[in-house]
Amino acid sequence: MATTASNQSVEERSWERVNFGSILLGLALLAGTIYLLFLGFKFLQTPEVYVTGFIDPLEQPLALKSIITLFAIIWGVAGMAIVFYLLNMIADALPYYLRQYVTPYIFVLPASALLIYTLGLPTVRTIRTSFFDRNNENFVGWENYAEVFTSRIMLTAFRNNLLWLVFGATLSVVIGLVIATLADRSRFEKLAKSIIFLPMAISFVGAGVIWNFVYVVRDESSQQIGLLNAILVEFGFEPQAWTTTLWINNLVENSGGIQAWQAALPEWLVEYGLLGGAHNFFLIVIFVWLQAGFAMVLFSAALKGIPNELLEAARVDGASEWLIFFRIMIPSIWGTIVTVSTTIIIASLKIFDIVRVMGRGQASTQVIATQFYQEINVTNNKGLAATIAVVLLVAVIPVMIYNLREFSQREAF
Amino acid sequence: MSTKARNTLNQVLINGSLTIICILWTIPTIGVFISSFRTRFDIQTSGWWQVFPHREWQMTDELADEDLPRDFDIDIPFAIPAVGDVEYSFDEWREGVETPDGKRVQWIGNKRLGRVEIQEEVWTSALATEPVWEQTLLLEGDDLNREFDNDAPFAIAQVGPDEFTFDEWREGVETADGKRVQWVGNKRIGRLEVQEEVDRIQLTFDNYRNVLTGKNFEIKDAEGNVKTERGPDMSGAFLNSLAVTIPATIIPISFAAFAAYAFAWMRFPFRRALFIMVVAMLVVPLQIALIPLLRDFNGLNINGTFLAIWLAHTGFGLPLATYLFYNYISALPRETLESAFIDGASHFTVFMRLILPLSMPAIASFCIFQFMWVWNDYLVALIFLGGQNKVVTMRLAEIVGSRGNDWHLLTAGAFVSMILPLIVFFSLQRYFIRGLLAGSVKG
Repeated sequence: MATTASNQSVEERSWERVNFGSILLGLALLAGTIYLLFLGFKFLQTPEVYVTGFIDPLEQPLALKSIITLFAIIWGVAGMAIVFYLLNMIADALPYYLRQYVTPYIFVLPASALLIYTLGLPTVRTIRTSFFDRNNENFVGWENYAEVFTSRIMLTAFRNNLLWLVFGATLSVVIGLVIATLADRSRFEKLAKSIIFLPMAISFVGAGVIWNFVYVVRDESSQQIGLLNAILVEFGFEPQAWTTTLWINNLVENSGGIQAWQAALPEWLVEYGLLGGAHNFFLIVIFVWLQAGFAMVLFSAALKGIPNELLEAARVDGASEWLIFFRIMIPSIWGTIVTVSTTIIIASLKIFDIVRVMGRGQASTQVIATQFYQEINVTNNKGLAATIAVVLLVAVIPVMIYNLREFSQREAF
Repeated sequence: MSTKARNTLNQVLINGSLTIICILWTIPTIGVFISSFRTRFDIQTSGWWQVFPHREWQMTDELADEDLPRDFDIDIPFAIPAVGDVEYSFDEWREGVETPDGKRVQWIGNKRLGRVEIQEEVWTSALATEPVWEQTLLLEGDDLNREFDNDAPFAIAQVGPDEFTFDEWREGVETADGKRVQWVGNKRIGRLEVQEEVDRIQLTFDNYRNVLTGKNFEIKDAEGNVKTERGPDMSGAFLNSLAVTIPATIIPISFAAFAAYAFAWMRFPFRRALFIMVVAMLVVPLQIALIPLLRDFNGLNINGTFLAIWLAHTGFGLPLATYLFYNYISALPRETLESAFIDGASHFTVFMRLILPLSMPAIASFCIFQFMWVWNDYLVALIFLGGQNKVVTMRLAEIVGSRGNDWHLLTAGAFVSMILPLIVFFSLQRYFIRGLLAGSVKG
């Protein structure tokens, strides 16, 4: 950019070239736009009041909704575009040396300011809140932290997140890798990859509903409508309540009791407190269903990046496919494996939707994020909720840093 | 084995296992898709796989009550005389006993009140049902010829040429073409009902219709009772999702693109510090931000509105967007930009005319990625939206929570929430994957 500075003539740097008219016009338009935006905001707050003139909000809710939606989109997008444009127009009309200072900040400040406001500042504030009581009034020191690390529910939540982390991430990575390798050598690679990848488009809530139809249990005497239990019954077994969520199984008396399949598990699982955690696995399956596609896509790209000569040379030397897989392919894509694993680990630490939708109220399946929500909206203990959030932050940071380091070493595009 | 044979075997193994995996993978989704077209009663009583033709034992006959032995000992095998001489235990009768002529005899119910069915195995599907009598025609008022003699047989033109007396018409007449016709009421103001046996296919769009509406709708349950329920208004939620997602995708892109350009190609004080701050924000889980933002929004009185969630999603999406665009923009060829500056273009012009078009791949990738993320988001919407502004994920979770037994709504609702992301996914898969490859940083 130094070249541009020297190319400007002396004239351009002087005050006489400043177009005050432009600046004033720009400022005026900016003020007008902001006012219009404010009016739009008022409209969006209570739209029904303003439209009663030409449509009836109660009779035509769909029309009302469409109007609001369209208006909201235009207001948000166009409004912001116009503001940007005007700001730049003002900046361009300024004297040169002012322009040099102002323009970068026009470009950077919206993003930075919003970031600081939505993420940076809240971090500080949340950390602060974690040292206060439930209504954020009295200072309580480390009390919240003590509670978080000793309360039974929180410890269960930690254990559950650990299960999610270990099994969710491992299974996703392994399955993703296997499928990527298989697809790489198969004829209908594209189709297979699309199918496996499809669940990524589905929301966690939707996935919960879909898998509900697989897990649902009905009383023994009536026909099973869940796929898993129907298969069990065909083979002569009793239908089981896989996730024991009360809202699914109104007909079956099973809230909290030991399930038949749980009783069949070995003793040591019970002793180590893993028995109650068994319900988590069926939720983790859903998670793997969603994430394995993600893992597969990245692994597939990475596998294709392995130079063919390397593999050919190994084959010529007589190495078996297994050897090639474990000794050449995996080390070559190790960076991607780490990135994928860390990303899925972070996702499993933050898991919320599946557990909330499918495991409502069931203590054995609560995780950190659902507990956080519980404290905010149900128990209304802001201090504790903040503490949980901080714990989540601390848990995620090292993984994230590792992830970023690996990521920055790869080619982005 | 020769290499060629081994290769073929390998191919078969690979393709075969891949096919199996793919089928297993899509089964849950297909199940829900099929279920979304079934009636509520069907969903509650039979699995969706029964829609496909399969063999099933269906009752063809029932033994008369007096033919059933009632005073037997449930531990001792006994025979049912009407069926044969062979003795089976009560449990065996209850499971069903196959007779030599290919039928099955099964005791349904308990010892005192149960009954015995004779069953045959038939090909059937949950789609086809017994034909039912449905009214297809109703003639009233002036449509009917009322100038007839009560005692003489007469024909009714709309039905056919056959003549019957008025009493016969009132009792009900079966015509040659399989219709049932009945005169209801007296000669002067009565009406004529025509019924036909109709094969009912049990597929319906009702679930979709009912889940989309916000008004009351009627539904028939198993006994034929009609109930009125309120629809969960998914169509409104769909519009809300659009209203939330589109700005939440476009606004972060523009903010981030501007900032990324500045970071990449401009020099200004605090550049490095600001950039590090942006990247550092990638680390922060959004739960951290929720409490303070909630407090602020309550104070500003915008809680529950679209503006609140736009701010939140824009903020949460900015670190990744800025990082991605920075990587891409800083890799653009220097000469192109420099020649533009030499020609006297301002930063803004260069940005709009050069950078934006050149960065389209990165922008498209992030756009899809963010769109999916925001559309499928549940937590942020749950915290910041309320009342009329609920999005599809929230509505779906609501149906799950409060109307967990309304499965017909759940299936249709799930697909309503998924249809748009699926379309986006299929048409723009390439960009989505690119976005993933570059953006795997976002947890």
